[in-house]
Amino acid sequence: MARKLLLEHINVPGIQTLTVYRQMGGYRSVEKALKTMSPEDVVEEVKKSGLRGRGGAGFPTGMKWSFLAKPEGVPRYLVCNGDESEPGTFKDRYLMTHIPHALIEGMIVSSYALGANTSYIYVRGEMMPQIRILERAIAEAKAAGLLGQNILGTGYNLELYVQPGGGAYICGEETALLESLEGKRGNPRIKPPFPAIAGLYGCPTVVNNVESIAAVVPIVNDGGEEYAKIGIGRSTGTKLISASGNLVKPGVYEIELGLPVEEFIYSDEYCGGIANGKRLKATVAGGSSVPILPANLTLKLANGDPRLMSYESLSEGGFATGTMLGSGGFIALDEDQCVVRNTWNFSRFYHHESCGQCSPCREGTGWLERILHKIEFGHGTMEDIDLLWDVQRKIEGNTICPLGDAAAWPVASAIRHFKDEFEWHVKEPIKSQTQHYGLANYANPIIKTEEIKSENI
Amino acid sequence: MSDLVKVTIDGISVEVAPGTTILNAARQIGGDIVPPAMCYYSKLEGSGGKCRTCIVKVSKGSEKDPRPMPKLVASCRTTVMDGMEVQNITSPEVLEARSGVVEILLINHPLDCPVCDQAGECDLQDLGYEHGLQKTRYQFERRTFERRDIGDKIQLHMNRCILCYRCVFTADQITNQRVHGVLNRGDHSEISTYIEKAIDNDFSGNVIDVCPVGALTDKTFRFKNRVWFTKPVDAHRDCEHENCSGKVTLWYKGEDVLRVTARKDQFGEVESFICNTCRFDKKKTNDWTLEHPTDVSEASVIASNHYETFKPLPVIKENPELQKANQRELEKTTKF
Amino acid sequence: MLKIEEQPPVNFSSELLAKFDEVVSRYPAGKQKSALLPILHLVQAEYGWTSVPAMDKVAAFLNIEPIEVYEVASFYTMYFLEPKGKYVLEVCRTGPCCLVGAEKIMKHIETKLGVKENEVTPDGLFSWRGVECLAACGYGPVLQIGPEYTFYENLTETSVDQLIDDLRKK
Repeated sequence: MARKLLLEHINVPGIQTLTVYRQMGGYRSVEKALKTMSPEDVVEEVKKSGLRGRGGAGFPTGMKWSFLAKPEGVPRYLVCNGDESEPGTFKDRYLMTHIPHALIEGMIVSSYALGANTSYIYVRGEMMPQIRILERAIAEAKAAGLLGQNILGTGYNLELYVQPGGGAYICGEETALLESLEGKRGNPRIKPPFPAIAGLYGCPTVVNNVESIAAVVPIVNDGGEEYAKIGIGRSTGTKLISASGNLVKPGVYEIELGLPVEEFIYSDEYCGGIANGKRLKATVAGGSSVPILPANLTLKLANGDPRLMSYESLSEGGFATGTMLGSGGFIALDEDQCVVRNTWNFSRFYHHESCGQCSPCREGTGWLERILHKIEFGHGTMEDIDLLWDVQRKIEGNTICPLGDAAAWPVASAIRHFKDEFEWHVKEPIKSQTQHYGLANYANPIIKTEEIKSENI
Repeated sequence: MSDLVKVTIDGISVEVAPGTTILNAARQIGGDIVPPAMCYYSKLEGSGGKCRTCIVKVSKGSEKDPRPMPKLVASCRTTVMDGMEVQNITSPEVLEARSGVVEILLINHPLDCPVCDQAGECDLQDLGYEHGLQKTRYQFERRTFERRDIGDKIQLHMNRCILCYRCVFTADQITNQRVHGVLNRGDHSEISTYIEKAIDNDFSGNVIDVCPVGALTDKTFRFKNRVWFTKPVDAHRDCEHENCSGKVTLWYKGEDVLRVTARKDQFGEVESFICNTCRFDKKKTNDWTLEHPTDVSEASVIASNHYETFKPLPVIKENPELQKANQRELEKTTKF
Repeated sequence: MLKIEEQPPVNFSSELLAKFDEVVSRYPAGKQKSALLPILHLVQAEYGWTSVPAMDKVAAFLNIEPIEVYEVASFYTMYFLEPKGKYVLEVCRTGPCCLVGAEKIMKHIETKLGVKENEVTPDGLFSWRGVECLAACGYGPVLQIGPEYTFYENLTETSVDQLIDDLRKK
């Protein structure tokens, strides 16, 4: 069994309550950090851990923390990003539902490290039950002297509040989230300045994903070096993977980074294989915005080596043959699924969620959706496929925030790897309305290429 | 050591104050290398970054860190660093991306220029002329919005709007109350008051001048004439409003003042904001002291009615008070 | 939009205003606008939708312009600017849920309730609509019902029938 750092006690009855959570060793990191470590020590441990942001971008958390400006007399803020909305991702919901104190413990230690005395957990408004759970847990922690004035007699003060969103994917982008927290429309800000310099209310701010914050707890408890021993290369520690789609056992799994993708999909410890005895056709490995890959490139790199669940291995080969770990939203499509339809569906999502602030995204996402709709419903032409490619190129890289890229990548990768299926929709407009294109050659095994030794040439 | 930083745009170097944006540095150089700006407005704080037409390529970050920037950047919101090198019209990549932005701005635009009062002085028209395609590749029905009445002074044509947010910033920063804003989101975003309400306070008319397209036009000028048939003359009056400069451009057709606008500089920005009284209520020549014909860029369609000399209108010749007020200009004409 | 004359006037109760005050206390002085989203949720939970008179009152309470409230309420999808059924069934319609049959579930709800998306059943009890990803992809198809956003997972046509029947009886 793999090591579990976040979900070790998830099945202990009553773990949602402070009493049971503490019985299981909870809030040790608060005692340790506040009583024996300086804020800089905590930052140092997080740096050593190699922890990378778990929200999707994968930016090193310790480095992000060290960028935080510390002008005299200006408050600093820590804001937790619980606006989990990336299709395929539901790990933060799971964590907040079942082990809310892990997040609160992480918030206390992280706030201490950053010198924040007021911190907010921004949770998407649809997760009202989770908001209630967190509010209850905060009240418990406060009653136990773990929050509020003079925490555990150390002189450190922290108020922690939960802020509900209003229904907008874009608020998962950190500056849109800050706008939303200020009571405004969720329009991403133009950077620079970055939140570390001017964030919430113009003050220095760090925004971290729920899972990143929770991961600070084991890092402080066991030390950054211990944490860094888990995983592979620059992908240290454990990661929560949300598995969905046509799997035998969809759900949230904590994996050690570096686990082979094949093992994750097929072993009984994790997803248990493809549901209903079908075969795997494609995966979206890191949430809807990362490139979709055919089954063969999901399991193997282009050179035939096994692909691993890590930041590096998933992106091996760039966008030509690779994808990204993203937020860890692992979506599996079986042989009966239609990639064109799935791409149209994702495009509709981004069209719906575009904030409308900058032109390429506002107008381009709708254009993508309409062309894909046309192809999916049997009215497309070959020129439409080329146009689709051209339009996504005009969006990518030309927008204020990454939503433009997120809308472009699924379309680009679908055309890159599944062009046959798009063309089939054009050539067989009637058939494609009632039948599937099927597995085609998308699962053909990739033969390991032997390294060519120079003397043999 | 000099406090200025050096930036090179399309091979032309200029020294500017630290904190200057690439766009403003380019404006100091002037000419063709100035990126077009549809949403940035130097007089409106927080504007810019949205339309993406001013994107440029930073091929060298700075003297200290010469790495190029990975993506094209919005020149209106990117500050220069010492030693920075920027490519605008010398980069095919920039021109291609810009024409992409223009195409995207036009897919839902009604292209109703023949009946649009902005035609002839429309930034989008100019942009489309320079970068646009011959025909559209967009095969779907263009987006339309329900018509909204925002009062008897300002005409809102939401279908033409490119959501530059300038009018929102203007209402926030120039007027004392904002009653309109951007509602909904994505490609359904619209400029609106939400509930039927007139945009009507002392400085609200400035939203007309800042609008880069025909989304906000002067209702008192509506369908009166094409701008290229009117003759702009700079004029001023002693305005009682403390925030109003009283410096305007009068747009004449024959002897009639058809509309009053603020004066615009070579980048299409107003020189100073004017009040609604000057704009909507002072439409007689004898309300104003005339200065001289407005300088119109040769590239503008308005310049087709080329006229350099000031021909005093009959009304001035007959009215001694106006003669006195326009003495300087009259002297000039007699010299010729 | 419902004509403004047809939107009933609102008067916030002292209990509701006390909740507003608690929300405002979470932010630094002068940053009360931060309370806007949470307060709009409270308003909608109380009245079932977010009307213009209610938004105007919220604006006055927070000392901001009414347009600032309209801008925000119309940006986010959770605020209903039109009256809805007592129970609004919000079914996730995004990728992963569709891989496991969300489209069929929506079709079934449409037939069962006999109203199209965003319409209200004649008895005023139900509305339904497709919404974007609810972050529960492993338990799809899923739906939620406000104002507390109770969650229903792994939906089947039978479980949806049962749910609707139970709500009818309530």
